[in-house]
Amino acid sequence: MDAKELIARRVAREVRPGSLVNLGIGLPSMVANFVPAGLGVFFQAENGVIGLGARPPEGMEDRHLTDAGGGFVTAVPGAASIDSAMSFGLIRGGHLDMTVLGGLQVDEAGHLANWKVPGKMVPGMGGAMDLVTGAARVIVAMQHAAKGQSKIVPKLTLPLTALRRVDLIVTDLAVIEPTDAGLVLREHAPGVTLDEIIAATEATLIIQGDVPEMMLI
Amino acid sequence: MKGALKPAAAAEMIPEGASLMIGGFMAVGSPERMIDAIVARGVGGLTIIANDTAMPGKGIGKLVSAGLVRHIIASHIGLNPETQAKMISGEITCELVPQGTLIERIRAGGMGLGGVLTPTGLGTEVEDGKQVVTVEGKRFLVETPLKADFALIGAWQADYVGNLSYMLTAHNFNPIIALAGRTVIAEADSIVPVGVIPPDAVKTPGVLVDHLLIRAS
Repeated sequence: MDAKELIARRVAREVRPGSLVNLGIGLPSMVANFVPAGLGVFFQAENGVIGLGARPPEGMEDRHLTDAGGGFVTAVPGAASIDSAMSFGLIRGGHLDMTVLGGLQVDEAGHLANWKVPGKMVPGMGGAMDLVTGAARVIVAMQHAAKGQSKIVPKLTLPLTALRRVDLIVTDLAVIEPTDAGLVLREHAPGVTLDEIIAATEATLIIQGDVPEMMLI
Repeated sequence: MKGALKPAAAAEMIPEGASLMIGGFMAVGSPERMIDAIVARGVGGLTIIANDTAMPGKGIGKLVSAGLVRHIIASHIGLNPETQAKMISGEITCELVPQGTLIERIRAGGMGLGGVLTPTGLGTEVEDGKQVVTVEGKRFLVETPLKADFALIGAWQADYVGNLSYMLTAHNFNPIIALAGRTVIAEADSIVPVGVIPPDAVKTPGVLVDHLLIRAS
């Protein structure tokens, strides 16, 4: 299993029955592949659909129905199409139960940076600031390190996405929960030791008692 | 509604340096024939207010490629490398706005409100230079309203009095910008007799629409 699939399978366990969930583009969107059918979950795409479905069969795509990355999708029974004011009203107004987003950095305060690398990548924040500000639960799904550098740092060096502390960080090495006291190591990935996690993490991790292995879907 | 225009005649109404709100999310729901006519006319120095600049060769991306854009107010430009390059070279200036804030600023402009109070952007670069107010113990950024000389709308169906309906994720910014453009020009996939769009399915009332583009040949 590759790192991204591992992360997606672990995040999928966080999806609660009957909830409204927004998945960011890229790795987070893979989570939908592992959420069991029959949970009554609706996925929102911020460009304007509640009830996002899988990719349509080849040749049957509709140019009016895409996800937030512009890729063709379907809609599930019970879906609703909405305009951008409604879409972000759902997000900012506290009606969205959970969002899963990618990250560039998370720090010991649980603050996320995921929209800009000054001088290198200035794509715009899109919906990220609204999602982190407004969703009931924010999960960051990302690789633990990029180019050998820890993405979990003592203090952000990249621009902040929102003041809100994220609720959970899921990486290819560990599950980490930001708390008042700092970053608590909750789970380790299969075959990864705590020493390896500590060595790969620039931030200080709090370890309380046994740290179990990640359970995957 | 004043009647149906050929795209070239509609483009003639747009002067050098005009501000345009344009519907669409990654070009889904963008008025492509209207954009083609503006490119053909070659009127420059435009300010574009839209969610994104799509990609080269699609939607707003065609205006960027043609060198007609001077300033952009958008939430995301990351999928159009030409916009990024022109921003870095200084040919285009760009104000990046969180997506939920952008649509609410447009809504405020169109609905006669003096602005929006939003928690999105607090503590981030978005806060720079803005007023922060406290209401019922919560802090909010004050975001100003947006209007434009023209709103260019991509609809699914229009009827003879200019009532509009939209398809699936092609709603996005379209129903909101219809209120915020001093002149509103709508392009529809099809133009149908009055009554075909039931009153309950009208998302943009025809009283807001100044001009339709004639049917596609």
